[in-house]
Amino acid sequence: MWIPQKHRLLSTNPTSLYYFTITKSKSFLGYAQEGPRILVYMKTMKIKQKIISKQRDHTKALLYLGKYWVWIFLVILIGGFSSAPGFFSLDNFQAVLANNSLLLVLAIGQSFVIITGGIDLSTGWVMGLASVAASLIMRQFPLDANLLLVIGAGLLMSLIIGLLAGWINGIVISKLKVPPFIATLGMYGIARGLGYILSGGPPVSVNHPGIGQFGNGYVFYFHPDTGTNLFKVPEGISGLELRQMSTFLPYLVVYFLIILVIFHLVLSKTRFGQHVYAVGGNKMAALRAGIPVDKILTQVYILSAVMASVAGFLYVMRYSGGVAAAGDALNLNSVAAVVVGGASLNGGEGTIIGTLAGTLIIAFIQNGLIILGIDPFYQYVAVGVIIIFAVLIDQIKRQGVK
Amino acid sequence: MIRTQQTLQTNLGNPILECTGITKRFGGLTAVNNVDFKIHNGEVVGLVGDNGAGKSTLVQIISGVYLPDEGQICVDGEKVAFSSPMDARNAGIETIYQDLALATNLNAADNIFLGREILNKKTKMFSVLDRKTMKEEARTILKELEITIPGLDRPIRELSGGQRQAVAISRSIYWNAKLLIMDEPTAALGVPEQRKVYELVGKLKERNVPIIVISHNMNDVFTVADRIVVLRRGKKVADVNVSDTNDEQIVSWMVGKDDDSKESE
Repeated sequence: MWIPQKHRLLSTNPTSLYYFTITKSKSFLGYAQEGPRILVYMKTMKIKQKIISKQRDHTKALLYLGKYWVWIFLVILIGGFSSAPGFFSLDNFQAVLANNSLLLVLAIGQSFVIITGGIDLSTGWVMGLASVAASLIMRQFPLDANLLLVIGAGLLMSLIIGLLAGWINGIVISKLKVPPFIATLGMYGIARGLGYILSGGPPVSVNHPGIGQFGNGYVFYFHPDTGTNLFKVPEGISGLELRQMSTFLPYLVVYFLIILVIFHLVLSKTRFGQHVYAVGGNKMAALRAGIPVDKILTQVYILSAVMASVAGFLYVMRYSGGVAAAGDALNLNSVAAVVVGGASLNGGEGTIIGTLAGTLIIAFIQNGLIILGIDPFYQYVAVGVIIIFAVLIDQIKRQGVK
Repeated sequence: MIRTQQTLQTNLGNPILECTGITKRFGGLTAVNNVDFKIHNGEVVGLVGDNGAGKSTLVQIISGVYLPDEGQICVDGEKVAFSSPMDARNAGIETIYQDLALATNLNAADNIFLGREILNKKTKMFSVLDRKTMKEEARTILKELEITIPGLDRPIRELSGGQRQAVAISRSIYWNAKLLIMDEPTAALGVPEQRKVYELVGKLKERNVPIIVISHNMNDVFTVADRIVVLRRGKKVADVNVSDTNDEQIVSWMVGKDDDSKESE
């Protein structure tokens, strides 16, 4: 069968029918000797081939866009807000990072859960409960007690809360097969209620002197006269001189950087992280490969709740006390940060670095709008639009690949 | 350290798998009725039969999903009783399922080592993955089987159906499968992809790996198999070499046209 040059498609396999395609199916009739059957076959092949090659081009572009749009968007966002006075400054960036470090800690735990294809709706309220419980324990110590002892007791208490809440979530989801949405919604109510019951409603303050330093201090204090001081305000400085002082690297940023690096490594380098991806990608495949799926699921919910309790503890350090509603605003924002950061609610996709980007986007939108003097309620609208946008990109990415 | 080398050393004379008098009943229904089945190293057996003929049940008995009510299974001359699919896998019987059992969000190397990851020895405490070694091993096994896939770093979902099948097969070969069961291997594949799977089966045969291919597709069976076993209503009605038969005859056995004349021994 002879086919003119212009109608040949470059294919790697000349024996395959893919090799031949036709630009105009009508003109093909002239030299189709094999009759209508092959014509129909080749017509479908032609269409398939076209769709495939088109998809490949789009897919490549989409894959890159899908992978990096968060960072591109973040840069555009920061660039856009930079016209606002005071936005593009070290002080502001430090403040944004410190203020959102708790959100980031929650979102890191949430990332693991979402990558397994689940969701943790209780994280913000577990954080609140942990902050209340930690504060209550810390208040039992006299004001002149060893500060490290007080802090240690508070941290231990919040970790116990986190372990318990996460273990219950994990067992209910993995063993009793309650959908994660419902199970963690239940925990949302339990933690919220317990938080209010324990605290009686109002914030529980912790008044030990020096506690606040752990949540609000900086690593470097710089003053033109005294030079650089580490960890605390140099002695003998007050009033006007205090205002001239520059501060670098809030403790909270140090804490979250440590947590960020650790859990980035856990997710991307360890067997546990690999199994988290496998469970989210194909539960059946993970089971057949001998991965203890139930155990992994339990572990991610424990991890998420423990991260929430760490955030609750950091809240106590920062605000010198705990309150049941400490994480109210952060609860769904943690899901938003993970989703905006490229994780898929279908499971199997997502990274800690992406979650960092997602958190920063939400943080800078809130901060930028405030600095621009725009009604703060608009930030909800903006974050909402971006979440939907992020999920749309995820879906397009998937369709493109199929 | 490719473990597949060991496959070559197993005894050639005796059947690698020998089932005798296998019977499985579900309530009043006898799904598999007194079936004898054996397969030698390097042999490809096509297992065919109409829907409900019992071929799935037979294969599920071999792969440890069900325990037979009667009869016994010997692997490598030793009597076995699998109580779970994991037992069968540990005995070297790997089943390639239709849905392939791959995590499509992970890459080929990750999938080959899924659940059996190689860990970095220096940081054993933290169970850190040794991705470099896993990737090299994956590359070696894929190269040995002459499988080309675009980029070891790309998630499986970006590969074609045939390439996924190839990854699933290389996984079982890497883990030293003594016997491979392929359930409808070409069901979801296009013509060029099917051809690649046939080629792969040929390569496995050269490596002496015995394969049971379950298929509806006569073309499949006649392309790859050495011997064809036909089941009908739970009974083995034929066990013939491919060279001694043709597809019309097989189909007539499957549907039971000349039932009595060709009942097997």
